[in-house]
Amino acid sequence: MEIIERASIGLKVENFSKSYDSVKVLNDISIEVEPGEIFVIMGPSGSGKSVLLKHVAGLEIPNNGRILIDGKDISDPKTRTQVHMALIFQAGALFNSMSVFDNLALYPREHRLYNKKTLRGKVMKALETLSLEDAAEKFPSQLSGGMRKRVAIARALVMEPELILYDEPTSELDPTMGATISEIIADLRAEFGVTSLVVSHDRDLALTIADRVAILMDGDLLEVDTPENINKTENPRVKDFLNPVIDIKNPRFKKKEYSR
Amino acid sequence: MKQINNILEHFGSTIILCIRSFYYLPTLPRQWHRLIEHCYLIGYTTFPIVAILSFFIGSVLALQAGYSLEAVAAQDFIGALVGLSLARELAPVMTSILVAGRVGSAISAELATMKVYQEVDALVTMNIPPERMLVMPRLVAVLIMMPVLTICANLIGWVGGAVIAQNVDFIQLDTRIYFDGIRNFVTFRDIVDGLIKAEIFGFCIILISCNVGLRTVGGPREIGGSVTRAVVISLILILILDYFVTNALMKI
Repeated sequence: MEIIERASIGLKVENFSKSYDSVKVLNDISIEVEPGEIFVIMGPSGSGKSVLLKHVAGLEIPNNGRILIDGKDISDPKTRTQVHMALIFQAGALFNSMSVFDNLALYPREHRLYNKKTLRGKVMKALETLSLEDAAEKFPSQLSGGMRKRVAIARALVMEPELILYDEPTSELDPTMGATISEIIADLRAEFGVTSLVVSHDRDLALTIADRVAILMDGDLLEVDTPENINKTENPRVKDFLNPVIDIKNPRFKKKEYSR
Repeated sequence: MKQINNILEHFGSTIILCIRSFYYLPTLPRQWHRLIEHCYLIGYTTFPIVAILSFFIGSVLALQAGYSLEAVAAQDFIGALVGLSLARELAPVMTSILVAGRVGSAISAELATMKVYQEVDALVTMNIPPERMLVMPRLVAVLIMMPVLTICANLIGWVGGAVIAQNVDFIQLDTRIYFDGIRNFVTFRDIVDGLIKAEIFGFCIILISCNVGLRTVGGPREIGGSVTRAVVISLILILILDYFVTNALMKI
């Protein structure tokens, strides 16, 4: 039984801007993600990465510009039913009152996709893919941080997405678990060809598994390129972000530009 | 100005939530398990506290009536007084207050926690409308359980009054005379009026609690704030609505 039986889709962000009251968070962002690509958006905390992801997921409405998924505008309510997209939240956003099995089974049950036997098979297959079969009857509160992230990914797999959005998939994890999650993202693309949009400030993840990397800082898109070229950039801000040097004598947080 | 905006926004969002929830009413047969679960939470788990409260309200009413009517030798009317007071006013209002405190607070806390920890966002990304899964079954459950709770409150309150009327030294009213008073003075219309009030109050409590919960933004402190807000708004609304609904029912 295949977990994902759908083709991957592309994503286009056109001249997208967002402000909250008078605070500008994102400024005229345009990116294009090809079907089957792993596209990583990197940037320091507060640069607007998660805001962009929420808009791609259709949870918020942009002030300017538009977001097209497989050519369909996400602000159109019909798009959500036409494209199969899953968002993996930073904290997992698992339903705490449900077991891991029920968390995974919720989407197909609510949309009445399969009969009981097929549903059980799909859920167990997704759990097996992420080595979680023993956690099926556990509740989210009984899981470690890494397991919660894996359950969130497994929940997304059951939805048979054409596009998976990851919000900081490796944050709050130990380095080994972070590497494991990166491997899972790469593996899902290799096995099912699913398009992945990853928001992260994990340099190792971006430089290892991404096809292309975008650098977002203070609401502006500074660079979009392959990991190799991004690593060789001459932009001092990007260089400092990717390879920060710890300078005890002249700390960053005491510099004037740090207050931005 | 900001306060007025907030109030209007709350009012508007409550109306929209109500409309959206009832739009998903046809999906109820698929959600029997949720309906049963909410009926259990709203009805069964609230019943003990409703029973205790209504028994003692009936008792105190009988005691006060016995004390006051002794002077005019009209203690035979204790049954009528207790029966009418409970059926028309005290049973629906006290049951609603208990539901607001016990169920409304729990619902707003649960939904606020789900909102803050992005479980509601997760539902939206799964194309599962929160109104369909989280609100509509609760609204239907309260509409089923409020009349049941109110009828129980009436019966238990009447029995509480009877026990006191018979056993307190300065009243010692025969139980038969007490219940004859109820039979002669409390009409079917009185009972129905009380049930209508209970339905309206219960519906408003759940709708407000759901709306306040789903509008929560922030962290643990805001979750606590939402619970308080939901209960306070519900209690105030019960008392305000009580006047207008009673007035309207009297004119029908």
